[in-house]
Amino acid sequence: MATETKTVKPQEGYGTRFWNWLTETQVWTSVFRHERPNTDRNRVLVMLSNVFLHLHPVRIRKSGVKLRYTWCMGGLSFFLFLVLTFTGLLLMFYYRPTLEYAYSDIVGLREHVPLGIMREIHRWGAHAMVITVWLHMFRVFMTGSYKPPREFNWSIGVIMLVLTLLLSFTGYLLPWDQLAIWAITVGSNMARATPFLGHEGPGAALLALGDVKLIHAADDARFALLGGTFVGEGALLRFYVLHCVGLPLGIAVLMAVHFWRVRKDGGISGPL
Amino acid sequence: MADETKPPAPPASAPVPPGASADKPASAPVAPSAPVAPAAAVAPKPPAPPIAAKPAAPAVDLAGKTTTAAATAAKISSRDPDDSSPLVTRRIWLGMAWGAFSAASAAALAATGRFMFPNVLNEPPAQFKVGFPADFGMGVDERFKESNGVWIVRTADDIVHRASGFYVLNTTCTHLGCTPNFLAAESKFKCPCHGSGFRPTGINFEGPAPRPLERNRIVLAEDGQILIDKSRKFQFELGQWIDPDAFLQI
Repeated sequence: MATETKTVKPQEGYGTRFWNWLTETQVWTSVFRHERPNTDRNRVLVMLSNVFLHLHPVRIRKSGVKLRYTWCMGGLSFFLFLVLTFTGLLLMFYYRPTLEYAYSDIVGLREHVPLGIMREIHRWGAHAMVITVWLHMFRVFMTGSYKPPREFNWSIGVIMLVLTLLLSFTGYLLPWDQLAIWAITVGSNMARATPFLGHEGPGAALLALGDVKLIHAADDARFALLGGTFVGEGALLRFYVLHCVGLPLGIAVLMAVHFWRVRKDGGISGPL
Repeated sequence: MADETKPPAPPASAPVPPGASADKPASAPVAPSAPVAPAAAVAPKPPAPPIAAKPAAPAVDLAGKTTTAAATAAKISSRDPDDSSPLVTRRIWLGMAWGAFSAASAAALAATGRFMFPNVLNEPPAQFKVGFPADFGMGVDERFKESNGVWIVRTADDIVHRASGFYVLNTTCTHLGCTPNFLAAESKFKCPCHGSGFRPTGINFEGPAPRPLERNRIVLAEDGQILIDKSRKFQFELGQWIDPDAFLQI
């Protein structure tokens, strides 16, 4: 094997010349802060200098990419959250959370709008997300991935499970059909029994100044939830704002913490 | 040196070079047994009967050797039973996966764009009937301002048509598109945004409005009612008010 150094000059076709010109324009160099990925260093810089790519872990455990180990349920939950955010955003272009319009807008989303399955994607995606979140937690439990130092992330996950269920619950009211109204009526009636803060709850009777009850139907926990003493206009608007802004913001922040802690606690799953 | 970067010249049991997979007829019959076929499935076959019948143009494989479909088929059929190398390489599979993903994304994007253009609008129709001529007194009628965006004016002597009858004024100010108010006491349309003023004829006389209000088509329907058609407009400064459809002579 003769060691012979040959300088190979690439043949410059139109494509190569265009590529060379493109990668030297100011627009290109302002977007990509690294040279072409032709050395190991530049390949690393591709990842490190890109806000999206840098989220990838530097290394990953073999078990982390095994479907039969992770079930991919965490990733699927996140994917479904993105789908729901996107389809929900599109639905907001047509849906008005008022007694007059809510139901007819929901019907219109099926009858009057092209690709009337957008609402169905949102609804089925929501059902699927509840399932994937449960399965994710089941997997984490069965693999013992909640153990220290991951117990903090498990707790974050429990809160996100609650937020997922609340997102489902608040979204349930928005179609404003009989199913929705009575489901939320029944569901929110539970808040009547909140200890001390629900007007039918234990201890609420103790909170009184003489004959004046401090906790009654118009100022208890259920009222705070519904914005009224029954499921009406106030409840629809409150649930809408919580469903579209409040809860998604909260769960998004917790997701950022959750993903960050996954990395910091030793990567996806696997024995520590 | 250069030889090391190339795969060794394929012996009988070598994996199919990617170049050969472009040769559809040759690789197709073997596909069911790929990629990790148990040894029994690829047991020695008689040398490729159907393929040999259809000679293809010579293809050049990666090693730079010219080959034919028949030769490739013979090579595949003589694959070592223990050879579990994939017929669809990782690179080809990734290409197909990215292609499918891109196609699905493009379709979703197109669907999203279409979603923003509903098939039904909750807007008043451009053509509507407003009642019989006898229902209207002289002067400006404001009943259809809120619902349809027009004033219906009955005049004894129109400035253009020199006759008695009806014309319809669009309530959009010709300055920046606000809706003027009709001030009956001063007998003028006054725009609250920037102070443009119009006579009941629609002619502008004060403020920044550069041209008169627009008139719309007004005719009698078959049932004798007045029919207004906002999809046709007549502009004074273009001499369009003279159009017979811009005035309903009664």
